[in-house]
Amino acid sequence: MTPYSLALVRTPMLELRDVKTYFQIQRGSFFKRTAAVVKAVDGVSLDVARGEIVGLVGESGCGKSTLARTVVRLVAPTAGQILFEGRDLAALSPRQMRKVRPRLQMIFQDPYASLNPRMTVSDALAEPMLVHGVARRREVAAKVAALMERVGLARRYMKKYPHEFSGGQRQRIAIARALALDPALIIADEPVSALDVSVQAQILNLIKQLCRDHNLTLILISHDLAVVRHLAQRIAVMYRGQIVELGDAEQICSNPRHPYTQSLISAIPLPDPDKEAARMRQ
Amino acid sequence: MRLLDVDNLRTWFYTRNGIVRAVDGVSLHVEPGETLGIVGESGSGKSVANLSYLGLVPSPPGKIVSGSAMFDGVDLLKAPAPVLRSIRGKRISMIFQDPMTALNPYMTVGKQVMEPLLVHDGLGRAEAADRAAQMLESVGLQDAAGPEARMRAYPHHLSGGMRQRVMIAMALVTHPQLLIADEPTTALDVTVQAQILELIKQMQRRLGTAVILITHNLGVIAGTCDRVLVMYAGRILESAPTRDLFYSPRHPYTRALMDSMPSARKPGEELYTIPGLPPELTSEIVGCPFAPRCAHTADICRHRPALLKEVARGHATACTRVQTGEL
Repeated sequence: MTPYSLALVRTPMLELRDVKTYFQIQRGSFFKRTAAVVKAVDGVSLDVARGEIVGLVGESGCGKSTLARTVVRLVAPTAGQILFEGRDLAALSPRQMRKVRPRLQMIFQDPYASLNPRMTVSDALAEPMLVHGVARRREVAAKVAALMERVGLARRYMKKYPHEFSGGQRQRIAIARALALDPALIIADEPVSALDVSVQAQILNLIKQLCRDHNLTLILISHDLAVVRHLAQRIAVMYRGQIVELGDAEQICSNPRHPYTQSLISAIPLPDPDKEAARMRQ
Repeated sequence: MRLLDVDNLRTWFYTRNGIVRAVDGVSLHVEPGETLGIVGESGSGKSVANLSYLGLVPSPPGKIVSGSAMFDGVDLLKAPAPVLRSIRGKRISMIFQDPMTALNPYMTVGKQVMEPLLVHDGLGRAEAADRAAQMLESVGLQDAAGPEARMRAYPHHLSGGMRQRVMIAMALVTHPQLLIADEPTTALDVTVQAQILELIKQMQRRLGTAVILITHNLGVIAGTCDRVLVMYAGRILESAPTRDLFYSPRHPYTRALMDSMPSARKPGEELYTIPGLPPELTSEIVGCPFAPRCAHTADICRHRPALLKEVARGHATACTRVQTGEL
């Protein structure tokens, strides 16, 4: 086995090789039989370089969220390799996986559902640090305060509960929690789709700034191509469990090659009445 | 002749935490056959305003404190329940964001589309079934097994887009004069959204229905509406023909909203953000509700009530400084 540090230099941060995640639909109560197989992720290969932001777009049911869950091993892949910093996550035992988890964090769409309503902000932010032993009890308070500052939350909110915050502030808490363990890779699954336009802009700016300042690698999942185009350097378009087009963000948006990408882009409503009218005449 | 004429509508909610002024002095009108867009962020009052004139605001805690909503000579806000019932679902219909919660899961879609005809038009079952089948066909509800199977389908058999088509069929089967569509495509994928918006436009042309389209998505407005109202903190801040609103927005809030969309900037550029949060609606707002967050606030904005005034033909704004020519 190559020494860990050497492997880091040569390989991308994340390499997906022919990843498949299938779900079996069972029928019957006693004599269970497999009635159907849903191929949610069906042979995805993708390289993500260190410090890169890759966008993953597609419509509901295309498998983009399942792919994200597979990468962080919230669901087990049926086949394929997930090489993260040179190690195959698909082959790790739960115990080994726990050691990798701090490096690999996720942000979800609905910060109200992903935050524990009975935990104050400071408890929610301290928890991952204590569980993974990256901070001692004495240091925790200072680290929590630093985290809150990084995501733009005033320190006086420390003892407040999730329900006391607006949607945008809650998403800031979720982002702070993901950052608590100093991860190398963050997967954000629709981080702004529950937010209003003006708040969405605040969170997108925050994500962008954090990625730049901490050289984070980010996989940004969204159904909103405008959001992805704004942040990502490359975009992968998913359809029926497969990546049908992958390329430079600008290239994909201005000159899509795959018919599915073309129909996706032409369906996006533009905030421009003349362009919309011209499109209708086509 | 205006189809709907709403004047100074105030809908307040009396809660334990105080009075929430969800809609606070809204005046608007709809011309026959036109499409009026109402855009605003969550909590701006755009849904509550429209629920108010249909008598659908739960009371208590909600109460219509003032205003009138004239529809064909009837004030909807004061009409007795039987009169309102004869209008609602017959001459004014509504479609909602989530068709799964709006449809009855125990009833076939055929029966649900027949229902308004049985209740309002007093048709016999056979005739109603015929009309419902025609309607489902014209909204493009497809079933490989033929029109019979289409009528017998249950909502859970259908995809989100197909359910929204059923909702549209139900809303339009009585040929209403006004359709209120509250975020009709928000829960749908973009390609399906494009189909549903096209369907609404098509049906509108065919039946001459006026549409109020409520949405938070400025892109949806741009492609479908004739006129637009921008709502904020329970009030209308700007009202203009669609092209004027997009190409020469006057109110600082409208401009800020457009600037904060990712498509307004080059990729990677910092997005414009509006500082602060929308105001608490539990305390009375003196002056302009947007003043605490506005980049152009002057003293006058905090004291003088901001009222909608025309600044160009058909284009009204509630910004005092725009009205006086300072901005």
